[in-house]
Amino acid sequence: MPFGNTHNAMKLKYASDKEYPDLSQHNNHMAKVMTLAMYERLRSKQTPSGFTVDDVIQTGIDNPGHPFIMTVGCVAGDEETYEVFKELLDPIIEDRHGGYKPSDKHKTDLNPSNLKGGDDLDSNYVLSSRVRTGRSVRGFCLPPHCSRGERRGVETLSIEALDSLSGDLKGKYYALKNMTDAEQQQLIDDHFLFDKPVSPLLLASGMARDWPDGRGIWHNDTKTFLVWVNEEDHLRVISMQQGGNMKEVFNRFCTGLTKIETLFKDKGHSFMWNEHLGYVLTCPSNLGTGLRAGVHVKLPNLSKNAKFEEVLKRLRLQKRGTGGVDTAAVGGVFDISNADRLGFFEVELVQMVVDGVKLLVEMEKKLEKGQSIDDIMPAQK
Amino acid sequence: MPFGNTHNKLKMNYSSEQEYPDLSKHNNHMAKVLTPEMYANLREKETPSGFTLDDVIQTGVDNPGHPFIMTVGCVAGDEETYEVFQELLDPIIEDRHGGYKPSDKHKTDLNPDNLQGGDDLDPNYVLSSRVRTGRSVRGFCLPPHCSRGERRAIETMSIESLDSLDGDLQGKYYALKNMTDDEQQQLIDDHFLFDKPVSPLLLASGMGRDWPDGRGIWHNDNKTFLVWVNEEDHLRVISMQKGGNMKEVFHRFCTGLTKIESLFKDKGHEFMWNEHLGYVLTCPSNLGTGLRAGVHVKLPNLSKHEKFGEVLKRLRLQKRGTGGVDTAAVGGVFDISNADRLGFSEVELVQMVVDGVKTLVDMEKRLEAGQSFDDIMPDQK
Repeated sequence: MPFGNTHNAMKLKYASDKEYPDLSQHNNHMAKVMTLAMYERLRSKQTPSGFTVDDVIQTGIDNPGHPFIMTVGCVAGDEETYEVFKELLDPIIEDRHGGYKPSDKHKTDLNPSNLKGGDDLDSNYVLSSRVRTGRSVRGFCLPPHCSRGERRGVETLSIEALDSLSGDLKGKYYALKNMTDAEQQQLIDDHFLFDKPVSPLLLASGMARDWPDGRGIWHNDTKTFLVWVNEEDHLRVISMQQGGNMKEVFNRFCTGLTKIETLFKDKGHSFMWNEHLGYVLTCPSNLGTGLRAGVHVKLPNLSKNAKFEEVLKRLRLQKRGTGGVDTAAVGGVFDISNADRLGFFEVELVQMVVDGVKLLVEMEKKLEKGQSIDDIMPAQK
Repeated sequence: MPFGNTHNKLKMNYSSEQEYPDLSKHNNHMAKVLTPEMYANLREKETPSGFTLDDVIQTGVDNPGHPFIMTVGCVAGDEETYEVFQELLDPIIEDRHGGYKPSDKHKTDLNPDNLQGGDDLDPNYVLSSRVRTGRSVRGFCLPPHCSRGERRAIETMSIESLDSLDGDLQGKYYALKNMTDDEQQQLIDDHFLFDKPVSPLLLASGMGRDWPDGRGIWHNDNKTFLVWVNEEDHLRVISMQKGGNMKEVFHRFCTGLTKIESLFKDKGHEFMWNEHLGYVLTCPSNLGTGLRAGVHVKLPNLSKHEKFGEVLKRLRLQKRGTGGVDTAAVGGVFDISNADRLGFSEVELVQMVVDGVKTLVDMEKRLEAGQSFDDIMPDQK
């Protein structure tokens, strides 16, 4: 093709070691895996839409390490990225997703009846419950790489599909560029809206280009079911509510998500999915289910306990601050969610959260009374 | 690179309207000039190194307007950008550079003997004096677009040339990646070093990629002559000192700059220059001389006066805060410099600053004494 990635071809005039990034200060998955020999093999490749290895790794070069979380350090620009650059991405996926092999198969289970319990997490401790996932529309480039035309194409399709939802899912789309600053800030404070792009992790990958064009939030009238359009992924689907009834949250999540997928299919668009990687998303950390089920929970005593990290690790849970992925906890309230995404199906992951949070709350109560938690330490899941 | 344009051809599948940016909230030179027709004409083009229209304008799309300064909203990725995209850039240049026409010729005068006076600005008011310019090395892509290999090559060539300087210009190179945070902060506070890339103007154009790889500062032993390598331009050359002796600053500037150019030529490298645009730099606002001659000057009374803006305009001067282009003034101390870059010679511009600052200080003294300055209001230069 006449415009075949001209600049990438130009870079090949420089030797591989001249172009190889300096990763000496770096601590992320990409930096752990990348080698000069690998870079040399991959640098002349590109996906059909023109995404190159430097495009994949730029965010990891520009962000050497994060204080709260081991970042992935690379992104996909389209579905084919995971194929063309598999030499780099397979080991990252394996390391990030608990030993998931290139030959492994991923299963999907979005049947909420298979979840046991989960309707009675103690709301004196569990302030809110939430389940989210992402979906990518096949045939379009992903947020780091898409053009304005593609992004608007995804937005238009999303609005058409979501406008067809009915009953308790009936809602409305709010384009970011038509919101006032006050409306926008209110939605952020309610934990409904996504951040304005200030995170360097986001900015370095190119996801914030043309902001706020083509971005928006759809939500139902009761604000318990939300869809983010064109943030880090084409779609993020979120079910949430105050209190500890994770079962209800997950039920609504599965119902809504399945309906949305059907509506897209009716218009001739499928979601990016394959039997090895499951649902394909922008960040390799979100492959598989793309699912993060979590609660905001008060654990002021447990969080100061020396065993807190170990407990989380054994329960396969992860902690974050209540402002999102790169924030700190405030006032002893933590965001606790499943650490896994790939190699487990949706019901399994939500079950881990439900069972795990029950245990964390029990531990918190014991510590409040000055009792030990040793006898209820869980085994490694 | 992840800044959206790795593969321009794919975007041709979308119509021009679908790809055209939303500039409805925008106030920068690019937004004033770009039209859907112009976008349609230019979107298929690229420079020999692969820089496209969307690459040129991305920073202007992502940064709708700036509170202190009318930004340009576009950048060049290589020397050819100004030719290939002249339909967009010529009108921007004309608007930004006081009516400079596509047929106009630019003159260079780096003979410091041609400057009259300038050695006696009142140091009770004028705290420091500084002259800077930029230079681009022909044959390499500019900071928004260059690869790591190219950037490092510029760095290597620069170090070789600068290491040859002697006498009072003898100095040393400090690579950014080898500096401690303390060293780096000290240099920023002394106004010697360039900012870590946090400005959204910089980040959106891709200039922040791979930071701090290939970036550094060279300075002579008494820190009166400095060269920045690979910030917004390949080279920024700066002469500065405390007090008001602009003549001495300019003298050192011209001597040093001329020597550096010879050293580069000896190695077979020229600076990007042509008789229409003068010295070619990354930002269209810096074409021509690329020269900003300025002082930090105390004007607490004059700056509150309603005629301050008008006085500056007539003197063809510009005000900034003392932290750099997108900062505010602190404590009544302003950075006052020439507003023009192109269509005037270096000597002419420094003369304007010398004469203009003399007038501003006279006005400040008048206001201190409770007197009017109407009789010394300048004409429009």
